[in-house]
Amino acid sequence: MSDTTSQPVSQQTSRNLFQQLELDMRLLGMIGAFVILCIGFNIFTDGRFLTPRNLFNLTIQTVSVAIMATGMVFIIVTRHIDLSVGGLLAVSSAVMAITQTDILPTALGLGFDHPLIWVVTILAGLAVGTLIGALQGWLVGYHAIPAFIVTLGGFLLWRNVGWFMTDGQTIAPLDATFLKLGGINGTLGEFWSWVIGAVAAVLSVWGLWMGRKSRAGHGFHVKPMWAELTVMGIVAGAILGFVAVLNAYHIPSRKLKRMFEARGEVMPEGLEVGYGLPISVLILIAVAVVMTVIAKRTRFGRYIFATGGNPDAAELSGINTRLLTVKIFALMGFLCALSAVVASARLSSHTNDIGTLDELRVIAAAVIGGTALSGGLGTIYGAILGALVMQSLQSGMAMVGVDAPLQNIVVGAVLVFAVWIDIQYRKRLGTK
Amino acid sequence: MARNPHRNAGETPLVEMKDISISFGGVKAVDHVSVDLHPGEVVGLLGHNGAGKSTLIKILSGAYAMDSGEIRVNGNKVEIYTPRDARAQNIETIYQTLALADNLDAAANLFLGRELVTPLGLVDDAAMESECRKIMGRLNPNFRKFSEPVSALSGGQRQSVAIARAVYFNAKILIMDEPTAALGPHETQMVAELIQQLKAEGIGIFLIDHDVHAVMELCDRASVMKNGQLVGTVEIDDVTDDDLLSMIILGKKPGEAAA
Repeated sequence: MSDTTSQPVSQQTSRNLFQQLELDMRLLGMIGAFVILCIGFNIFTDGRFLTPRNLFNLTIQTVSVAIMATGMVFIIVTRHIDLSVGGLLAVSSAVMAITQTDILPTALGLGFDHPLIWVVTILAGLAVGTLIGALQGWLVGYHAIPAFIVTLGGFLLWRNVGWFMTDGQTIAPLDATFLKLGGINGTLGEFWSWVIGAVAAVLSVWGLWMGRKSRAGHGFHVKPMWAELTVMGIVAGAILGFVAVLNAYHIPSRKLKRMFEARGEVMPEGLEVGYGLPISVLILIAVAVVMTVIAKRTRFGRYIFATGGNPDAAELSGINTRLLTVKIFALMGFLCALSAVVASARLSSHTNDIGTLDELRVIAAAVIGGTALSGGLGTIYGAILGALVMQSLQSGMAMVGVDAPLQNIVVGAVLVFAVWIDIQYRKRLGTK
Repeated sequence: MARNPHRNAGETPLVEMKDISISFGGVKAVDHVSVDLHPGEVVGLLGHNGAGKSTLIKILSGAYAMDSGEIRVNGNKVEIYTPRDARAQNIETIYQTLALADNLDAAANLFLGRELVTPLGLVDDAAMESECRKIMGRLNPNFRKFSEPVSALSGGQRQSVAIARAVYFNAKILIMDEPTAALGPHETQMVAELIQQLKAEGIGIFLIDHDVHAVMELCDRASVMKNGQLVGTVEIDDVTDDDLLSMIILGKKPGEAAA
């Protein structure tokens, strides 16, 4: 067993530009579709779609569904489904609404807008979401009840548990700090947005560079230096461009005036202040990064994909697939609760119908993003892009003035069409 | 020359499976069966479909937990309830279905359940690919598709990934469930050579096969099962193809009067 002959790396033949850049063709296809969509809507709305204001709103509207869609990727990859995410969001939202408006300020006597309230509230919500998710995962994993049934039950059950807890009332106002996590009420401002954008760009380039070094260190094939630099340039440019767009949406001067008055100051004449990165978007980015690392670089993620590809093989390799199922559903529950924070803060209240039909939006986002219901395939970035495409379609059509029923008809057709395209693409590649 | 020099009188077997039984829903799939295996020996397990040979071997590999019986490795009683327990005893299995995750690449399959990790605890794909290239260079020098999912590989290439997984982790006891069922003649020959090489390294091999000729060629002994019971264990040098066939079909040891 001392033979350590390495194999020569296969020769690269001449290839076209995209292949030399070694970009993911699926990712490019989705970005391409998204760009076409945006340009199309921009033409039909006389240039109102591609404005900083609309792009800002689009971004914060996407966050809640996108956060959940990343968790749905893991669920679908392991050949399960979760129909209860909307209900879980609602019950987590109800728990948090009661915690911040009743239990903490009144019952525990902290008073309203105490600095601890938002932290404790969120922890309580996340704990509830995670526990319910784990319970569902336990029923699926250890009792072999199909996930479809468990979460169909959960779909009916959890939202109405929330209803009971709140007696069906809409709960508002929420804690002032909590509201900052919803989107437009909590942004970083131009300076800090640039700082974070710059740090993110540097980290991305560094990550690409380290990956290249690691592969080169083992003597594997690396893409040509010019291609690597081009990719780095595109990534860094995309990050900074995104920040620039969000910074370009300026706080309306009347609102800015009120903000100055609230602090007892006078607004300087002609001042323009951009919103910058919303905190909710930062949360989504953090979720995306963590979930991608889990998927690609941890044993947990490796086992999720192995189990999705071949459950028997995973089990024969010593993977505890039952416990794995519990963990995946618990993670989904956690993300539902996190979405509940963003969604209820964005709406400034808890309502009974919060997150209604989100399960379908979330599943659609994951599936449009290339997650295969047959298991084993799916990406986090795909699901987030899928959520963005869905949201753009919906708000774009609303801006154009398409009738409500027609909007849903289009979204439904696009979902089926997107999956059909994906299947054709995979056939072409000869993979399943 | 004795064909089987490994089994000296009184030597402790590498594996002893004693009086093993398991039932599924009232059907005795394995009924009080005992087999053993010595270092550097290949023991064939023969029998019809449903004779219980795969079930017996899945008990040893930890896929099934036996109802009663005892497993000893190097004379010590061991408890094997899960595939992890079996791997801890250096028991590796090449399943008939290969047990590969089709959506992952060769390196990910090779290390499935035993990933190499960086100091931060993240999986180290580059290190795993590097190790994978080394072992594949030894087993199947024509193997090139390291970055593609194993669904894109041919039957022989998939087989070599499954074999690499068993061999890489220093198996002492190797279970091969119909290793050549899906292979062409060239690849079958490759597996035969590999078995000889592993034997020379002192690894004990249980070989499950339908093909009596393959068993005659590769094995030192053969245990024949029928309807969940052990018909008998024979030295290959003492029997003919026909003897083995009649054991499989009639359930009679050679020398016993046919009914």
